[in-house]
Amino acid sequence: MNDVEGALEPRLTIGSEQLALLEQLSNTIGVSGHEDAVRSLVIEKIRSRVDDLQVDTMGNVLAACRGTTAERVKVMLAAHMDEVGFIITADEGGGLYRIERVGGLVTNWLAGKVVSVGRETLPGFIGTVPIHLLDESDRGRAVSMKQLRVNLGAQGAGRVSLGEVGTYATRFKVSSNTIFGKALDDRLGVATLIELINHAPANIDLLAAFTVQEELGLRGAGIAAYKMTPDLAIAVDSTPAYDLPVWDGSENTRWNSRLDDGPAIYVADRGTISDPRLVRHLVQAAEATGLPYQLRQPGGGGTDAGAIHRQRDGIPSVSVSVPGRYAHTPVMVARISDWQATVNLLYLALQRMDRTILDRSDDDYR
Amino acid sequence: MTIVDSLNGDTVENIKGLLRELVQIPAPAGHEGRVRQAIQEIITPHVDSIKVDALGNLIARKGRKAADGRHILLSAHMDEIGVIATHIDANGFVRFTSVGALFLRYLPGGHVRFLDGARGLVGVNIEPGQTKFPSMEQMFLDVGASNRQDCPVQVGDLAVFDRPMLEIGNRVVGKSLDNRTGVAVLIEVIRSLGESPHTFTFVFSVQEELSRQGAMTAAFASDAEMAIAVDVTTSGDTPQAARMAVSLGGGPAIKVRDQGMIADARIVRWMADSAEQAGIPHQYEVLELGTTDAQMIQVAREGIPSGCLSIPLRYLHSPAEMVDLNDLAQTYALLTRLLTGKAAF
Amino acid sequence: MATDPTMLNLNEYLTAMLSLPGIPGNEAPVRDMLARVWSPFVDEVSSSRLGSLHAIKHGGGAEPRRRVMVTAHMDGVGMMVTEIIDGFIRFTDVGSLDARVLPGQEVTVHGRRDVPGVIVDPGERLLPADLDGRAAPMRYLFIDTGLTPDALTAAVQVGDPISYALQPLALDGDWLLGHTLDNRASLAAISICLEQLRDVPHDWDVWCVATVQEETTHAGAMTSAYTIQPDMAIVLDVTYGRTGENHDPSTFPLGEGPTLGIGPNIHPVLHQRFKRLAGDLEIPYQIEVLPGNSLTDAHALQVVAGGIPCMVIGIPLLNMHTPVEVAAVKDIQQTGYLVARWIEALGKNIVEPLLAEEPA
Repeated sequence: MNDVEGALEPRLTIGSEQLALLEQLSNTIGVSGHEDAVRSLVIEKIRSRVDDLQVDTMGNVLAACRGTTAERVKVMLAAHMDEVGFIITADEGGGLYRIERVGGLVTNWLAGKVVSVGRETLPGFIGTVPIHLLDESDRGRAVSMKQLRVNLGAQGAGRVSLGEVGTYATRFKVSSNTIFGKALDDRLGVATLIELINHAPANIDLLAAFTVQEELGLRGAGIAAYKMTPDLAIAVDSTPAYDLPVWDGSENTRWNSRLDDGPAIYVADRGTISDPRLVRHLVQAAEATGLPYQLRQPGGGGTDAGAIHRQRDGIPSVSVSVPGRYAHTPVMVARISDWQATVNLLYLALQRMDRTILDRSDDDYR
Repeated sequence: MTIVDSLNGDTVENIKGLLRELVQIPAPAGHEGRVRQAIQEIITPHVDSIKVDALGNLIARKGRKAADGRHILLSAHMDEIGVIATHIDANGFVRFTSVGALFLRYLPGGHVRFLDGARGLVGVNIEPGQTKFPSMEQMFLDVGASNRQDCPVQVGDLAVFDRPMLEIGNRVVGKSLDNRTGVAVLIEVIRSLGESPHTFTFVFSVQEELSRQGAMTAAFASDAEMAIAVDVTTSGDTPQAARMAVSLGGGPAIKVRDQGMIADARIVRWMADSAEQAGIPHQYEVLELGTTDAQMIQVAREGIPSGCLSIPLRYLHSPAEMVDLNDLAQTYALLTRLLTGKAAF
Repeated sequence: MATDPTMLNLNEYLTAMLSLPGIPGNEAPVRDMLARVWSPFVDEVSSSRLGSLHAIKHGGGAEPRRRVMVTAHMDGVGMMVTEIIDGFIRFTDVGSLDARVLPGQEVTVHGRRDVPGVIVDPGERLLPADLDGRAAPMRYLFIDTGLTPDALTAAVQVGDPISYALQPLALDGDWLLGHTLDNRASLAAISICLEQLRDVPHDWDVWCVATVQEETTHAGAMTSAYTIQPDMAIVLDVTYGRTGENHDPSTFPLGEGPTLGIGPNIHPVLHQRFKRLAGDLEIPYQIEVLPGNSLTDAHALQVVAGGIPCMVIGIPLLNMHTPVEVAAVKDIQQTGYLVARWIEALGKNIVEPLLAEEPA
């Protein structure tokens, strides 16, 4: 027996079908500004499930699933399709290319990795001077972008053009409850939105925005929100989990979020204070249904909500993220259970939404 | 300096009374509900309509435009800087980060109050031999707890400086005078506003201390023809202060430019001419660090010509900000004159 | 070029070998595979006391027959568990690794069972503030296995070996990418050599040796050489590949043939004869100067027992000691072919000059 109210409500499950979708999304390359492949995949998956589908001038996918009840609240859900990566800036001949980063790629993970480059997703690698040939003074010195080259092999000369992009060639992997993969930021969000479209609640108009260029400063979400004019918005993203030991064994006070603690609800990030009414709604939905949740550590970072909430005459916004370690590196680590709880928290919270959610009473989220 | 004759003798007392009430209401950016409620109660009898918008701005309308009148938007932000809890450690100490531009130098030893009433003080750990000012990571809030379980604060809770208002000579010292002074002056203007050819939108805005999202969205929703922000500015009259031609007691500062905007020249001239005609002391403000709601209002939709009337203030964003009561009164006087006379264009 | 790559599917074989772990002291999986692959080509296969693989192909010469030792090390650089903390693994390197290439690498932790994981840099906020732009040193890196702390401690303990797990990858232009091409590329070359010698008569006994623990102490090579007491040793190892801007004279372009080493660890007559043979066979080669310690097993072999004349042949390799080591398949084939022809040509007249004071 479970006496938690709502414990018997239908739940969504992350099974092999959902993991296969996430695998496909994770392995697809969609560096900011070049989201085409991800966009095609998203459209293929949702086309038959939505009432309206548009691609806007920047490449955002704007979809709508209209509810059936009266007095529906218009809820925008945003997940960004793009990922960080690199862009080819010079062809040095012999299959060697210089690169610059696109978005906040963590540069000290680049050396010695296999990458996929250009429209043809050519295999290549980022080489390094062998440790044996390094001067003592260079050992341990952080490698700068200037020193790094993408190498496409003996026949690689002229195979890609300046301006083409690439990223890590990491292959998605599942090990019991754990997911390893690139671009889980924010393909986890994209997969979540697709799952919610497949189970769209009748009591709201679900406006799903699959956005572009989030990693370049939330550029796609703003215009998406302007067009959609929702009553409120939820950015669905992935947030870093820094739940590792501190080098000197002291207490970790800067964990941001933690794996296994469930969806991370944002109270505040670098520039956005979440709407307290929406924070409260999510917290109450989680508590009423016995779902785990965590409040993301307030502070830096940002999501599409940062651009959405200031559109037009203001759109109350909040963010919910699946915690994931090592964002913007070749491989992120996340938990299937956290993802499933995130999908369900949104699913159940959306079902509990009506216009009264926007009644102003007090601003304390607790 | 004396207050100009036209002032009602009660004005200073009225503004001071408002300030005393307003500064003790915690309203960190994004959580302005309580101060908004207080303002709403005070001004509702004096305006034609009033509402709260999606982000929490309090927006009041007043007046009917005469033939030569304009629709003028006035904005004063309600929010203040604060801190937000990021971690409760094993010994019950609270780690935190800033909400808005907090200056670390003002924190150690300060008191804070959380929205639910919990109180704490800012402690700091300094390494032996450390010469740099401690970082935020070296600071913590002591809320009287001795372990995580008995800590009254949880991650995500917000707090503001906790300090009663103090009068020193003709000056007032307190927390959140940025921008409760602007709010108090604007309330007093609204309460006492006489005949005017103009129609007004008064915005008590949210989230100015973040990136002025409140003013941005309120301006989007408005069809005002010009706008004035009422806010504070820093001064250059303390020992070794960065050079700035604004002093406490010198009267309202007419903003010419700040870090985020160049004020509309017609509005600057309008403010200056009006002050001169009325014999109201005033100064010109060129602020190199910081900006106000006017920055956002100016570029809303097709653009709203904007200026800003600033109240000189020392020790910005500290728990002990200082303003001069004469400056408040003169700002009130100039603002009243602007709103009841002929508009800038 | 006269090699016949059709006999042994080199790519397939190398790929299989590159997917095996084999850090110093834990070379068994590679040894087992090599024993399987080499057996059909040799008369005897055995293992040394330290675990090196000995494969003997008898020559046709009169007893006592001369012995040539063809050797390549089968260990690869790797890592080892030093601490388990809160569900994360701390580790150190076995053989020298550049910590800067480690974050993001897929690895296998060989615990009670094989546990997949990834090397991670915990990031600025969890590291000392005084790193000042230097990369996080290895002692601050972790391996994240995705396992809960309990599951991890049940599967892994301090001292467990860790190997790279990156899957090999064929690149354009006959290049192959994979971890531990140092020195599996040379083992592949020996395989090709054995294949080439299959029906070819030769006088000398050929001892093909896959040694252990080169990356740490050369222990395998020294001890095997003592057992075998060869008349000559040919050491196959990788050498530094060259890319565009890097014109360090100790680097060599890929695809332009193996390097023939010259320097104090190498017998000058062997060097000269190899050069002549390669020239006669029109096999491209490059000259590699190895001043002082050659950093190969030859350094140890040269002074085993009464001394062994050594030759060092190198296969150019990019990104040495990283999981993205890259070699040209053609260089590997040509190395095997050259050594086979050398063995075929070994007659009675080679040993005497090796004992002379001055090269002929």
